[in-house]
Amino acid sequence: MNLHISKDKSLEPARKPFLKKLLSSRLTFSLVILLIVVVQNIITTPTFFRITITNGLISGYIPDILDEASLLVIVSLGMTLVIAATGGVDISVGSIMAIAASFCGLMLNGPEYRTDVYHSPYFLALLVGLLGGALCGAFNGFLVAGLKLQPMIATLILFTAGRSIAKQITHGQTIYIMNPTFKYLGVQIPGVPVRTTIIVSFVMILIVVLFTKLTSLGLYVQSVGINGASSRLVGLNARVIKFMVFVISGVLAGAAGLVGSSSLGSVNSGELGLNLEMDAILAVALGGNLLSGGKFSIAGTVIGAYTIQAITTTLYAMNVRADQLNVFKALIIIVIIVANSDVFKERIRKLTGKVVRKNVSVGG
Amino acid sequence: MDSVNQNQTPSLIMTGIGKSFPGVRALNGVDFKLRRGEIHALMGENGAGKSTLVKVLTGVYPLDEGTIELDGTPVSIRSTQDAQRLGISTVYQEVNLCGNLTVAENLFLGREPRSLGLIDWKAMNRKAAELLQELNIIAEPTVQLDSYSIAVQQMIAIARAVNTDCKFLILDEPTSSLDTDEVKKLFTLMRQLKEKGVGIIFITHFLEQVYEICDRITVLRNGELVGEYEVEKLPRLELVTKMMGKELENLSDLSSSKDQLHTDEEPLLEARELSSGTSKIAPFDLKIHKGEVVGFAGLLGSGRSELVRALYGADKAVQGQLFVKGKSVKIKKPLDAIKKGMAYLPEDRKVDGIFADLSVRENIIIALQAKHGLKRMTRREMEKYADEYIKLLNIKTASMETPIKSLSGGNQQKVILARWLLTHPEFMILDEPTRGIDVGTKTEIQKLILKLAAEGMSVAFISAEIDEMLRTCSRIVVMRDRRKVGELTQSEMNQSTIMRTIAGEGGQ
Repeated sequence: MNLHISKDKSLEPARKPFLKKLLSSRLTFSLVILLIVVVQNIITTPTFFRITITNGLISGYIPDILDEASLLVIVSLGMTLVIAATGGVDISVGSIMAIAASFCGLMLNGPEYRTDVYHSPYFLALLVGLLGGALCGAFNGFLVAGLKLQPMIATLILFTAGRSIAKQITHGQTIYIMNPTFKYLGVQIPGVPVRTTIIVSFVMILIVVLFTKLTSLGLYVQSVGINGASSRLVGLNARVIKFMVFVISGVLAGAAGLVGSSSLGSVNSGELGLNLEMDAILAVALGGNLLSGGKFSIAGTVIGAYTIQAITTTLYAMNVRADQLNVFKALIIIVIIVANSDVFKERIRKLTGKVVRKNVSVGG
Repeated sequence: MDSVNQNQTPSLIMTGIGKSFPGVRALNGVDFKLRRGEIHALMGENGAGKSTLVKVLTGVYPLDEGTIELDGTPVSIRSTQDAQRLGISTVYQEVNLCGNLTVAENLFLGREPRSLGLIDWKAMNRKAAELLQELNIIAEPTVQLDSYSIAVQQMIAIARAVNTDCKFLILDEPTSSLDTDEVKKLFTLMRQLKEKGVGIIFITHFLEQVYEICDRITVLRNGELVGEYEVEKLPRLELVTKMMGKELENLSDLSSSKDQLHTDEEPLLEARELSSGTSKIAPFDLKIHKGEVVGFAGLLGSGRSELVRALYGADKAVQGQLFVKGKSVKIKKPLDAIKKGMAYLPEDRKVDGIFADLSVRENIIIALQAKHGLKRMTRREMEKYADEYIKLLNIKTASMETPIKSLSGGNQQKVILARWLLTHPEFMILDEPTRGIDVGTKTEIQKLILKLAAEGMSVAFISAEIDEMLRTCSRIVVMRDRRKVGELTQSEMNQSTIMRTIAGEGGQ
């Protein structure tokens, strides 16, 4: 084709005014929420920003939030991709955490359940754990992409059966691992002043961001989520892409399971990652991502996840009792979700519009 | 058979009906008359105003202007309930019934016979059986609706509609998913209703069916009434010309300088007995040469879109053989077609074309990117291509990062064109690329097609406007009732032969 093409290189994309762009971004919303939580802490908890070094570890409220949010952050990354590509959710991530950790624990303990000596090499055990997560993800992916089941129904299978499967792997026992190196992943590597959970979660964020930005996966996930029919006609294979996001979600859940069990020094398949899937969905929503799929923002999800943890930590700092905690959390979340809903925004817009018009008529 | 009815005065009279939507005048001073005991075809191409007229009559849309009279008394129809109360019922193309309920339950849903406040199941089943027998529908009242074919379900929907003291029945494309036998059964039922004095409005794309069953035809075009005709007095050719808006007398052959290029060479694309399972088009043979623009003419629903979709593998279960440059190829999905150098601009831009929330840049590069798999094109490459084609096609957008949904229809269409030009296809399918876009863009696109063909690209071009095809095509394939019925070469191509072939009178 010899179409005439002008070689003008001076094209500058017209940029929206910064403020307008900032206000229209969904990311702004989640940032504002996080900011409110932080400001509130400055007022009520003067020690909030104090960072000390105890036992060779940086500690304080903020490092605590980063540490305690790490599992949620890792799991939410995968959840973001699943929601974007399928418009559905993966509710099996908590169970997958338990399965992956059980595989890892079994490899380390061996059939004799020796808690002090590794039966298999540490890294091999981690790899098997991740592989377990990937397998679970592949199973979910097959149900959704191959058999066209609703994502929530498909992942309900492992959600229900997962912890039971994990128990079978460990023969119904809580596995304890006393070897100090096991704590490297979930607590601290000797000489490193930052908790490993924080490092791992940051690395995971980085990997997912790079993987979605440097390959075309991010674009494909959005395309499939926005318009399945068009995707097919431009030559995308929606099935493969949906399968992939579930595998990625499974691997990430597996990683979270390994980190979580390492923090505790044991594998308790009944407790590990319990109810985490719901917080992960919430993190994605708080991040301004549409639960109906399509465009997504990893940054939004990460901010959403830290916001959830910051709220929890703040409430504890304000001496809210553990049994009251969820009520307060729910109230805050209701406010956030409602304020971010389109109906509410429309009402506000109309309301302010009316006020403006009234003023004008009075003025005239 | 019903000469009495034929001469009866109309009992439903719509006069001077006008209806506007923001930016569109959908109906403009339309008159429509329906007599008891007649089957009246409502004909027109896309955007003619058929469905708007029906929706005004059934109370879905309030009318802006005009009056509706029933048996001499003016009525106002503000809701679908009003319409039903007046005895006007509608059966749509898709069966609007509950598949998981029984036939009887469906027939009496919402008006179940009751005794002591409870549903009287016995009475309901008995009444249902009576109704079915009366209309000669072979179905058991107590069997779940799902277990019957679409045709029977369609008839049960009609039975439900006529049960409620129905004087007028509107059938909106009831036959489009039925096979020949099923259509026959439906027609028998329609004739029975006609004998009972029900006035039927029949909307269909199939000319054969109009001439088989209808008494009168009302033709609409661009929201205006063209006229009301008795079927015997309106030959097919005239019907087609009235629908498409061309008077045969005024036709002057457009002289064309298009050469018949490369037709002696091996065709770029050859289809033998091709069809696809889902589209129900008859298997067809087709050859397309290098640098040729082949038009596909036919009325809406004639199968012209389905034919090109079969070439591209857009519909599943493709049967028959396809050869590209003489080599047999298997095309199971669009990606296979793209790899063989094909491109497809779909008819429905919103549903099959754009990714609404993605940027213009992403919408442009997506097809080329999809060929690369997971290996991402660099940002600079993407921007270079997007920039190139925004300028080349003169796409009006604030920036290449603007979401495509905020562009006008014509500019969205150009983005989709850019998407496919970027893949440097050898064969490009354009299904109504100029529909719903402004005149200026229309001309630009026509010029582009000729230019691309001159550079050696082969194009399959579908348009509802014959003028446009005469201007751009070197050969025209004509479709009628889901069948390829003719091919017109350069020398045979003019308005009248095309119309004749579409109508099925001579010209073949």
